[in-house]
Amino acid sequence: MSTSTIANIDVEFNDEGFFVDPDQWTVDMVPELARREGIEELTDAHWQVIRFMRSEYLAKGTGPTVRVLGKTSGVSIKELYQLFPKGPAKMAAKIAGIPKPRGCI
Amino acid sequence: MSDTIEKVSIIISKGSLEGIYPGLIMANGARAEGIEANLFFTFFGLDAIHKARNEHIKLATVGNPGLHFATMAGGLPGVSTVMTHYMNHKMEKLDIPSIPEFIEMIADTGAGLYACKASVDLFGLEKNDFIEQVQDIITVGEFYEKAAGGQIIFT
Repeated sequence: MSTSTIANIDVEFNDEGFFVDPDQWTVDMVPELARREGIEELTDAHWQVIRFMRSEYLAKGTGPTVRVLGKTSGVSIKELYQLFPKGPAKMAAKIAGIPKPRGCI
Repeated sequence: MSDTIEKVSIIISKGSLEGIYPGLIMANGARAEGIEANLFFTFFGLDAIHKARNEHIKLATVGNPGLHFATMAGGLPGVSTVMTHYMNHKMEKLDIPSIPEFIEMIADTGAGLYACKASVDLFGLEKNDFIEQVQDIITVGEFYEKAAGGQIIFT
């Protein structure tokens, strides 16, 4: 576990870099969280995926996998990997301040 | 050795439903973790990328003790078809994509798809027989070049 200051708030991260407490997340943190993941410039498509991850988590208690993202977020699998090369569901979950989505497919 | 996996090369050598899915799941899962992945299809595994065959992949009902029924029953005409339908139905319920859809999806994740030259020659196939996502037909030597620096998984 580690703590970093993001948008003036001390945020706790687990060993894999996901929020320990998703309630600590605010939308102001997104640009800085994205930079930590190597994304310098957030496009509308990035935002679309990040917002979708967040809302799915709030509605269902778990974030969607890449397959579900591809089918329901309005962004194709191909584009998802262009936006988030290090794994779309994983990276977007970190930026959206939610736990790592679990699922094999 | 580093404690993270950066790259995997997965070989699919079997042409049955249960022979193909595990490799696909591992390749797709690798990409989801941000791991570079290449898939190599060899021997009967080529059916997974064969245009005319990959929609008709069947579960092996003979010589498959995991099914827990008599081998003779598994060999009766139609049993493999029925069991395959049953399995596909169960997987669909869990939102596991069909083999053709899964392979297309894996190609979209940026994983490389390759066919083994020796097997392609053996079965008298050519590039045209395969789905368009197959990047190339390669030799075993070329496979090792592509696999260099990563883990190799044989299924």
